[in-house]
Amino acid sequence: MTQAPDLTISGSATIDGAPLFAPLTLTLGAGQWTCLLGGSGVGKTTVLRLIAGLETGAAFAGQITASDAQPVPSRVAYMAQDDLLLPWATVAQNVSLGARLRGEKPDLARRDRLIERMRLQDHLNKKPGELSGGQRQRVALARTLMEDRPIVLLDEPFSALDARTRADMQDLAAEALAGRTVLLVTHDPAEAARLGQSIMVMTAQGLTPCDPPSAPAPRHVDDLETLETQGALLRLLREAA
Amino acid sequence: MKILSVLAATVFALAVWQAIVSLTGLPKFILPGPALVAETWWQNRWVIAEHTWITAVEVVIGLALGTVLGVITALQLANSRAARVLVQPMLVFTQALPVFALAPLLTLWLGYGLWSKVAMAVLIIYFPITSSFFDGLMRTPPGYLDLARTMQASPRAVLWHIRIPAALPSLASGMRLAAVYAPIGAVIGEWVGSSQGLGYLMLLANGRAKTDLMFAAMLTLGVFSILLHLIIRRATARMAGEAA
Repeated sequence: MTQAPDLTISGSATIDGAPLFAPLTLTLGAGQWTCLLGGSGVGKTTVLRLIAGLETGAAFAGQITASDAQPVPSRVAYMAQDDLLLPWATVAQNVSLGARLRGEKPDLARRDRLIERMRLQDHLNKKPGELSGGQRQRVALARTLMEDRPIVLLDEPFSALDARTRADMQDLAAEALAGRTVLLVTHDPAEAARLGQSIMVMTAQGLTPCDPPSAPAPRHVDDLETLETQGALLRLLREAA
Repeated sequence: MKILSVLAATVFALAVWQAIVSLTGLPKFILPGPALVAETWWQNRWVIAEHTWITAVEVVIGLALGTVLGVITALQLANSRAARVLVQPMLVFTQALPVFALAPLLTLWLGYGLWSKVAMAVLIIYFPITSSFFDGLMRTPPGYLDLARTMQASPRAVLWHIRIPAALPSLASGMRLAAVYAPIGAVIGEWVGSSQGLGYLMLLANGRAKTDLMFAAMLTLGVFSILLHLIIRRATARMAGEAA
């Protein structure tokens, strides 16, 4: 992986002329987890998709720049709420999908290391349909890591999981993605409080920064300061609505 | 259990058939009973087998050709906007023409032999195959395409590794439909002009008031179509994502 850059997106977006989000500036710190927290429909997923260079259906006026002035979309790895595992491919094939799509030879040793790291070694040749929700998200995380990109965009990747599996996945992802510039889009204040090294609350009015807890991420689920932050975030969300 | 229920349904159908024959007292050249048809079938089994073979060859070649052509067309349509603009309306229009009306023309062009029947079978299955596979290709879950895009996949790689595999279940349902339609196409072709095949045999028997033979040939065709459908169903189970 190349050095993770700072990333700045500034601008506004409209859908069919109606404003989706007001002019805003969001900076993702290099090698840091930035959590973008917001309710449904405030355009937080649009922000993420703009950075990823994906179709948004919105007109964006502004710019997305990296601190090293290199292009952004070719350096992102993307993980969504839907694990997006190909149902006809095995776990191993899904993990090395990127190389196959680029017509490259996948680094099989690395793939196997990642699969082992995600504790999936017993499921190498299974199809996604045979796995649990948590296992499927671990495959998706392994696939994301396999891409080895300096910028990682996570669009509510854990929101469909049960509470325990979600906490496990948060720990795993925080550890595995350390050192990369990560944007986590979420509607869950608890998740933002556990994982954010920088936390932004997005509302129709714009972005409101919120101080993250002082403990290093991932924070304990029962850490008092983390719980306080979670409460403060929820209050901000409710005030905005 | 499944075999048992098929057996039960068959016995029931035969009983209803026999009851209609007995109750109405229709002469056997109008409606022969099951026993007579079975007897006629047995007596003519080699003749029927020969004609079934002819029809089967037409159907299988038609299915294979129609599937290949349909798959190629769907890929072209999915890949090129120009192809969609130019070819799609034509495809829809050809579907508005009754295939039956084309049969005499095909016989004129391709002669009395095998190929006019193959062409009928191809014509009748080409559209279901093309449109089902094309629909599947155009309905790739958008999330897969997003993911592929962030992975810098070429359109060709996306087609090959994502869109085609994601469309295989649709193609499978098109092929299953085709397995039912293809024999109809072949038999229509035989009706219009031929000297062999089950369609020819049915027409011949009908013309000579050998209604029992007509029934024997027709039932043979039905059983053949069902078997073909089952075979295609089994063959496409993996494509459709079902446990084989």
